[in-house]
This record gives sequence, structure tokens and C-alpha cells, in this order.
Amino acid sequence: MKYVIIGNGPAAIGAVEGIRKTDAAGEITLLSKEPHHTYSRPLISYLLLGKTDEEKMKYRPDGFYKENGVSFMPGVGAVSLDTENKTVKTEQGGVKYDRLLIAAGSRPFIPPMKGFETVEKRFSFMTLDDAKSLRDALTPDSRVLIIGAGLIGLKCAEGIAGLCKSITVVDLADRILSSILDRDAAAIVEAHLREHGISFHLSDSVEEFEGGTARLKSGEEIPFDVLVTAVGVKANISLASDAGGECGRGIKVNEKMETSLADVYAAGDCAEGTDSVTGQSRILALMPNAYIQGECAGRNMAGGDAVCDSAMAQNAIGFFGLHMVTAGAYEGDVYESRGENEYKKLFYKDDRLMGYIIIGDIRRAGIYTAMIRDKTPLSGIDFEMICENPSLMPFGRKRRAEMLGGVKA
Amino acid sequence: MKRIYVNEKWCLGCHLCEYNCAFSQSGAMDMATALKGIQIRPNIRVEEGGGICYAVSCRHCDDPLCVKGCIGGALSVKDGVITIDRDKCIHCYTCVVMCPYGAVMPSEDGAVQKCELCVKTKKGTPACVAGCPNGAIVFEERC
Repeated sequence: MKYVIIGNGPAAIGAVEGIRKTDAAGEITLLSKEPHHTYSRPLISYLLLGKTDEEKMKYRPDGFYKENGVSFMPGVGAVSLDTENKTVKTEQGGVKYDRLLIAAGSRPFIPPMKGFETVEKRFSFMTLDDAKSLRDALTPDSRVLIIGAGLIGLKCAEGIAGLCKSITVVDLADRILSSILDRDAAAIVEAHLREHGISFHLSDSVEEFEGGTARLKSGEEIPFDVLVTAVGVKANISLASDAGGECGRGIKVNEKMETSLADVYAAGDCAEGTDSVTGQSRILALMPNAYIQGECAGRNMAGGDAVCDSAMAQNAIGFFGLHMVTAGAYEGDVYESRGENEYKKLFYKDDRLMGYIIIGDIRRAGIYTAMIRDKTPLSGIDFEMICENPSLMPFGRKRRAEMLGGVKA
Repeated sequence: MKRIYVNEKWCLGCHLCEYNCAFSQSGAMDMATALKGIQIRPNIRVEEGGGICYAVSCRHCDDPLCVKGCIGGALSVKDGVITIDRDKCIHCYTCVVMCPYGAVMPSEDGAVQKCELCVKTKKGTPACVAGCPNGAIVFEERC
């Protein structure tokens, strides 16, 4: 069996590990557009922060490709698919496959902005090379303007806070981290970031750039030296869509991670599957999902019968020591508790937990995540008890015997 | 492989497992010196209430969500034991979000800590099991 994997992130690595669970002999070729050993992209902000280094950022040890019998092709990107002849075309030629995984990830989306090309120093913040070029451009006198108050923009802000003079963040949304936090939670985190010297212009956007000045819709003018755009990302779907594969915003996959093309799978940030909490078809561009999808795809590519049916939003992130965790969908009734820099909201409806937002004391939050994932009926547990404090006590003796005592369900 | 199992019927709620765990992690020669005057941070924790008590520690799952979710590759499976490379951990706590048992936790310095079956500190029976006075925590091979 000839396996080809396009990509070198967590979905691709998951696929290698998934394939090797059952097939020790099949040939695996891994095409990586970036010329690097597999590394963890979310760690680029920690690299600038000095909390990690390029060695420690490696997502798997140096011997990974060799030990797993992978022909690793760094710096070789896929150009197109010939599904009829089962070949991936690259700049260097073609690679034949029996089973193919597209784990091509996403790329920064930069909306058209007037005068953007007049900005001398402008960066995205997605890749290791992005992070290193940004670092090289910064001086202690740099005034940095970041467009986008999402996860990428704000992690970038934290990463470079000690390397520049000032950071201003502009976002069209009326609150920061609008994809994962509600208004109240966002206000807590925004106040914390402001305390660390970051300025925000929310519900605003850039009307026009003129060299080192950004004129906002609100009329305000912001002088800056370095620009980072972190508005959002676009899934890399063209390999599949050009070959006639069904795509929405991402490459459509079923629970086995199969695309509509025969023997072609997709996983990670380029794949669009079903959110198990809401039932909606969407891209869940998050690292745990990427690995889990990739591993599921790998098992199935090797002839297995794995199903990935528990994809959902789940995030753990911190800024300047303030941690937050979120999961699921924010729908239904709400349990809420608040303290100083402590915030917890649990969302529940139809006898199950739908989602949560927790800031501050994030301990044991995975118990809540599991309840969402397992669709645990709330009527079968002491829900009041678990709202206050996540523990295994509210599940009862029988369930605990399964969880801790090795008793089969 | 051998794993830690808990039988809550036999748990006395004495918390000795927590002290033995903390002692095992400390690498010190005697428990009194190791634990005197400090707030212990064991990898096994007793939950109690309403006359019920039992200890919770990492299950070393066959299909570990913490490892799958780890964004930095800091958690891995070595001979069945889920292991943390504290040096690689960047304190994002994705594993905390992933673990259904609440058994992976932030440590004092921020890196996550979890039960590693004492493989880094002592060979053989994990300290919590060896010190359990009532056989409520066992280290056994079960299917």
C-alpha cells in the first residue's frame, strides 16, 4: 500500500501514527511545503516570548520520520491531484498513491485594505518563518499595529510585548476573542490585556493605510512601524476542489474523514466536518481536532473502521498568566459564578451540557468537556454539585467503578 | 499492562496516597524532611463527601485524549505510560480540557503534572499503591 500525506502538521502526524497502528510495512510519503521538521505552530508566540525554542517546538522527536518509515519530503508542496491516475503532482514531478490524505491546513486571510501595499513592514503570524521575520523586524522602539483580536492576533501580542514599544489591536468585532468568549468573559480578558499595556480599538477597522499611518473608520489615526494582519484564515481546499471534490469552506469529510473523491481523505484545518455539539457542518481549526481527525483518517486509510464523531470547539489559552478554557456551544440555560478574575459559565439544554467558558481556575475542566462529548444525561448525575466543582463525585458509584475501578460498562 | 485501579469501598479517606505520591516525586530520603511545612501537590487526589471517598489519578488510557490534544508534543506514551516532558510543556492546559478524569493538572511552576506510575522516581509498585493501608488502590494487569 502506498500512502501519500500532504501536510506536516498535527493532522499529518496523526495520520502517520494512525496508519502505523496496523500497517507497519506500507510506504508513506509525506509532502511538506514548509522545509522544517514537524513543529507546533501555536508555539510560535511562545518562541518570541522566549518560553520555548526551535528545538523544543518540534512536535515529534528528530527520529520520527525514520522510525515510522516515512519518506519525508521537506520543501515539496503539492500542486494538483490527478485522481484518475492516483497521482499527486508536485513542482518536482509526481507521487503515486493508493490512499491520499490532504492535511494542507490553512493560510492567512488578508481582506482588501486600501493602501495596504504602502506599508513597508507587514507580516502574518501563522508559521515559524512568519514569527522569525517579525522578530527580526522589531526593535525596542517599534510601534506595532495588529489587525485582529482573535487567538492569533492576541497570542502574537503577548509574544512580542517585551520586544517592542507599543501594541495596538484593531478589530471589527465589538469584543476580543469573539470566536470563543462571550461579552462578559471578553471584558475580563480585555481588561487584563490592557493592564499589560495593550491598546484596543474595537468595533473599528482600517479605512486606509498610508505608509506608517492607519486611518480607522472611526476617524482615528494610528501611527505604527510594524503591521501584523491576523484577521482570519482560509482553508487550503484547492487541491480537492480543482479535482472535483465536494467543498464548502473546507474540504467536506464524513465521520471516517473520507472526502467525496475515491481513496482521498482530508483532516485538520482544511477539512469541514460535523460539529458534534451543534450538528452543523463547519471547520474546527483547532489542534486537538486536527490530530484526532488525522489519526482517524490514518487508521481508515490502512483499512480500519475508525470513526471521528466527537469533534467540537475546545480551546485552552492564556495571556500574561490569565488562563481560560472553553468548549462546545454557548446555547441554552446558563449556570454562572464569578469572582475576581474568576469566571465560569456552563451552558445546558435538553438534559445535556452544551458548552462552557471558564477563566481563572481551569482545573479539571476536562470533566465538563467529557460530559459535552459523551452527551451525558444531566438527569442521571448531581448536576448542581458538578456546576460548583468538577469532580467524579456527581456521577455515582456505578459510573465511578467503570472510570476508576476498571469495571466494564 | 499494569494500571492503578481504585476500589472506593475500601478507601478510608486517609490521604496517605497523596503524601506517598508527593514524597515519591520529591526524591528525598525520608518523608518528614520532604514534606514538612510544604503544601503537597500530589498526582493522585482523594475526593470525598457524603461519606464517600476515593482516589483519582491518571488512567493511562489506551486512547489518551490528553496526548492527542497536546499542542506541543509534550505528552507522549512510553511503554503504555503517559508521560509529560515538563521542559516542552508551554502551560496551555489543552490537556486539562481533554482529560475526562481531571487527572492532568497545572503544577506549581506552570508545567502540567500527572501520575506517571512512579516510573521516573522508583521502579516497581507505585508509591500510592505500596502505601495504601487498606488495599483500596491496587496496581494490576486487567483486560
